[in-house]
Amino acid sequence: MTPVDERIITALEGRFTRAADSFGTLLLEIERERLLEVVARLRHEFGFALFLDVTAVDRPGRTPRFDVVYHFLSPAERKRVRLTLGVSADDPTVPTLTGVYGAARFMEREAHEMYGIRFTDNDDLRPILLYEGFTGHPLRKDYAIDREQPTVPYRK
Amino acid sequence: MAMMDYLTTRKDELVGWVRKFSLFPYPFVTACCGMEFMAVSSTLYDTDRFGAALPRFSPRQADLLMVVGTVNHKQAQVIRKVYEQMCEPKWVMAFGACATSGGFYRNYAVVQGVDKIIPVDIYVPGCPPRPESVIDAIMMLQDRIARDRHPILPFEQHAPDGTSSA
Repeated sequence: MTPVDERIITALEGRFTRAADSFGTLLLEIERERLLEVVARLRHEFGFALFLDVTAVDRPGRTPRFDVVYHFLSPAERKRVRLTLGVSADDPTVPTLTGVYGAARFMEREAHEMYGIRFTDNDDLRPILLYEGFTGHPLRKDYAIDREQPTVPYRK
Repeated sequence: MAMMDYLTTRKDELVGWVRKFSLFPYPFVTACCGMEFMAVSSTLYDTDRFGAALPRFSPRQADLLMVVGTVNHKQAQVIRKVYEQMCEPKWVMAFGACATSGGFYRNYAVVQGVDKIIPVDIYVPGCPPRPESVIDAIMMLQDRIARDRHPILPFEQHAPDGTSSA
């Protein structure tokens, strides 16, 4: 834990369920309801100007089934933070970060098509890498590994 | 009278001999195999020696479609259209493990071999293939072209699949 980590943890006390150091990255587990507040404070108080990624982890058999994972970078502090929050398969919704980071618009589209996480208030959740007509979420563990959805008819 | 005023040969042999040294590849490069394609087509390995030098970046001017790299389902319609835009006679080379069989990709995105979409004349194994394999494949393709029938005369009818029925 570096002094920056300590400052972040102290400032956000009570807004996360667990804090840890993961190979130099500060890991914060939070609740879905706290997401927007925590992210806005990270950005405005600690200079986390770069939104690096949002993705998800599918853990079948665990409750909640999905982890939504965010990475942020503060160029000023030279510090990375990872936020994780669990969402259930019945209600895989997360508030969008497009109000805080414009870059969230595209990255949430990818997480949406690959894992089926719905980002409420992101008004453009069309597929970004997959093609039109693709059904299902290919990075979920229950998507069969050899299931193909061809776009042109196969020969023979 | 000069010695070589005329010679006799078979028409298919003559046309095949002409065609096999005049391959115009269209490189459909999608992945890392493209680096190997660049190496094999430039000075050190030099496919120009085999008359297959000048990449045409329009399928309408090419007669050898080289599928170099991974083909995914989103690209399948593009490669299909590229193939259909090429004039007869045309040949297809599947360059590398991915174009041949999907390679080590077995997932929702990757076509398991470009021959699921378009007919392939010659396969080059390897990940990526050695330049020698590519040169070997070009030479095998040339041998095949030399042996093929070439129905170019008016009375030689063209079957729908491009082969001669005469």
